[in-house]
Amino acid sequence: MKHLALLKSYLGFHLIPRLSNIVPESCLLIVVGLLVGGLIKLARENVPPVLDSQLFFLCLLPPIILDAGYFLPIRPFMENLGTILMFAVVGTLWNAFFVGGLLFALCQIPQAGLDIGLLPCLLFGSIISAVDPVAVLAVFEEIHINELLHILVFGESLLNDAVTVVLYHLFEEFSEVGSVTVLDGFLGVISFFIVALGGVLVGAIYGFLAAFTSRFTSHTRVIEPLFVFVYSYMAYLSAEMFHLSGIMALIACGAVMRPYVEANISHKSHTTIKYFLKMWSSVSETLIFIFLGVATVEGHHRWNWIFVTATVILCLVARVIGVGGLTYVINKFRIVKLTTKDQFIIAYGGLRGAIAFSLGFLLNKSFEMREIFLAAIITVIFFTVFVQGMTIKPLVELLAVKKKQEAKRSINEEIHTQFLDHLLTGIEDICGHYGHHHWKDKLNRFNKKYVKKFLIAGERSKEPQLIAFYHKMEMKQAIQLVESGGGSKLPSAMPSTVSMQNIQPKHQPAPPKPTERVLPQLPKSREEEIRKILRTNLQRTRQRLHSYNRHTLVVDPDENAFKDLILKKQKMIELDRKIKEMTMYLTVPAPHQGSPTMSRARLASGRNTDFIPAQQQKGNTKSSDPQAYNIKPASDAMPVIQVDLASPQSPDSVNLLDEIGKADQEEEQGLMMKPPPGLSGSDKHGERIVVNPTDNVSVPSE
Amino acid sequence: MGTLQSSPAPTEYCDLSEKTGFSFEQIAVLHKRFKQLSHDEDVLRRDHFSEIPDLASNPIRAEIIEAFFDQRNFSKNGKGKVEEIGFEEFLVVMSHFRPPSQHMTNEQRENVRKEKLRFLFNMHDTDNDGTITLEEYRHVVEELLSRSGALEKETAKSIADAAMLEVASISVGHMEPNEFYEGITFDHFLKLLAGFEIDSKMSIRFLNMDTITLCK
Repeated sequence: MKHLALLKSYLGFHLIPRLSNIVPESCLLIVVGLLVGGLIKLARENVPPVLDSQLFFLCLLPPIILDAGYFLPIRPFMENLGTILMFAVVGTLWNAFFVGGLLFALCQIPQAGLDIGLLPCLLFGSIISAVDPVAVLAVFEEIHINELLHILVFGESLLNDAVTVVLYHLFEEFSEVGSVTVLDGFLGVISFFIVALGGVLVGAIYGFLAAFTSRFTSHTRVIEPLFVFVYSYMAYLSAEMFHLSGIMALIACGAVMRPYVEANISHKSHTTIKYFLKMWSSVSETLIFIFLGVATVEGHHRWNWIFVTATVILCLVARVIGVGGLTYVINKFRIVKLTTKDQFIIAYGGLRGAIAFSLGFLLNKSFEMREIFLAAIITVIFFTVFVQGMTIKPLVELLAVKKKQEAKRSINEEIHTQFLDHLLTGIEDICGHYGHHHWKDKLNRFNKKYVKKFLIAGERSKEPQLIAFYHKMEMKQAIQLVESGGGSKLPSAMPSTVSMQNIQPKHQPAPPKPTERVLPQLPKSREEEIRKILRTNLQRTRQRLHSYNRHTLVVDPDENAFKDLILKKQKMIELDRKIKEMTMYLTVPAPHQGSPTMSRARLASGRNTDFIPAQQQKGNTKSSDPQAYNIKPASDAMPVIQVDLASPQSPDSVNLLDEIGKADQEEEQGLMMKPPPGLSGSDKHGERIVVNPTDNVSVPSE
Repeated sequence: MGTLQSSPAPTEYCDLSEKTGFSFEQIAVLHKRFKQLSHDEDVLRRDHFSEIPDLASNPIRAEIIEAFFDQRNFSKNGKGKVEEIGFEEFLVVMSHFRPPSQHMTNEQRENVRKEKLRFLFNMHDTDNDGTITLEEYRHVVEELLSRSGALEKETAKSIADAAMLEVASISVGHMEPNEFYEGITFDHFLKLLAGFEIDSKMSIRFLNMDTITLCK
């Protein structure tokens, strides 16, 4: 039965793409549920009560909430926490009392034909007032509004669970008893705090436990995802057991454990967790909506026109007034104010869903109003999901609400986010104002100093956030590199020909005029810098070497004489030649022209691509130049070409005066086998030393 | 409105208020803080800032303090650094962190954005030459990582290099292999942080500052 339903829904949904643009998935699923329920009713007399509250609250709801909590974007959530809490707590209370109170007033009118007491009305109000996270998720996921609105509505739907739980239990108890005293009201308020804070506390405890456990799982990587799921579910069950807010426990657990668990677990486990959560929450969502449809057909409701229409209208009105009033107050405290457009979307996004239905279903069967309530609840759910769900997308377009920015998190933004955090904290300290940033900074430092050491295994506990972010980026790029075949041009987000070479500080000495013989001196610090830059710049170095030949880098700042320089070079070339005779072949990776992503990827690999100088290998201490021609086998993947030492591109060919001029030409070509352009001929009169193991060493005559 | 100690007459506050956009209450409160920091003198010096205990653990403390003494932040054409500042300069620097008011035209909003980004730019560009070179950017990254305890110079350099590459790619797009990207100019900086929403991120609530008396 269930399989059939699922299959049908997916087939139908995906085979009719146009339909999916107009109608959100949740609506279609409900329709499918209706059909299935109708079929069952035709086939048999009794429709099995599929949307059993037990099943719903214990099996169907937790995966969705865990998925939401684990991947909750913490930063925007915390930044807007005040606003979210206002909407969740005060907004829901307002909704509940407004709807309940006015319905009671309605019932007083004898023409209505209804006779419902105040407390049952308030109970109904509390059931119907809560914005439902499942419905919000389902609808908002498809409309891609900007992050702020999304987190406001979504956060509200998550946090109002505490209010709903308290009000529901309170009014249910009071309905049985029949009367309320002030003391009861006061106790109700206290119980709200206990439920909310208790739920968060339980969740946080389990979250820390999970993080602590994950510290030791380095030998059993396979069961790492299991810990995440088990601890979260236990948090939920524990909270529900004590009548605390299970949803808040689950959110707290997921949000608390995530940074530490992610630092500890393997990459594969992380992928597993992500996809399992998405899968489970998808399945749950689908089932919930289908069962909602089935349950509608099932019966057990009594239709009362006045009650139902009044409910629908009152819900809408209450929501609009509530959001408007609260925003007026909230805007006084916000830096980024909420505009009217924002308010409209927030109000319009107040969807009710299956939680309301299940709570109604949970009501005692002997409760006489139950069936009227159920009918009204279902109507409101249908109205919000169908009407509001379908029209919100065109409305968003119409009102030109800001959409989600698909911008990739760039390293510059990360650097500046951190920079700004520290800057603002500093300014607050200077002002003497213990504000937002001050406490956030204190919490971060506490986290870094104690908590991380305790919960994260090994070296990663000390890793600052910027480096972690950078490593993540590197990983992504490395994976991309491998996936794209390793050699071809990556479809990078920044198609440009800018490469590392372009940004390195230029240390090129001024191109010497032909008559000039003096090689410009490089100050020591620049020299050091050049060395470091070149060391990290594998590819371009080969070409650069012709301009920054290692011999030029060996410039001893003390030496001023050009001749001494030449002598030194000669000596080194002799040594080199001897070494070269032993290593006849150079393995040089073929340069990939114009692929900035390649060099960026190489750079991003973070490895120290150090040259091991041939001379140093042989224990030659004469040469202090770390630059040499043996490249690490890290470049194994690259095609290997052999460079004939006789070619002028040979590193041994030194043309002191020509090198600058050649640099431009050679950098275009890279290292290729080419007939030496005028090996013996050179326009410049000058020292041109060519080393060729096959020929005699031609030493210029001075 | 609290009681004002021996302080400039309200007419001076008028000028300051117009210049910086703070309200009278805010100016009064900031003035109290100024006096507290400077030990009742008329000018602030660098060592006064070093006395703030909370600031000691801030990784970019040096840059922040320097920003207060940087003449480029006082007026559009200022250059160079000063050794001591008066209350007006203090206020001008603080005004860079005012939250944007709700009723502003788009042009005003743009100006506010530019000012804040200019402030950030000046903080990075320590040698006043109008560009952020690779070396300066590296310095920024190193400072940010300096408090982590695990100062890996190589990684810091790679991060800065990658960031610089990103800037160059965004701003200039296509460069020949032997062209050289001098450094981030102010225009490139603007382009880089275009989507950053700096006007809301770089603000401090100057609303309730009576907590001043609590801390040193």
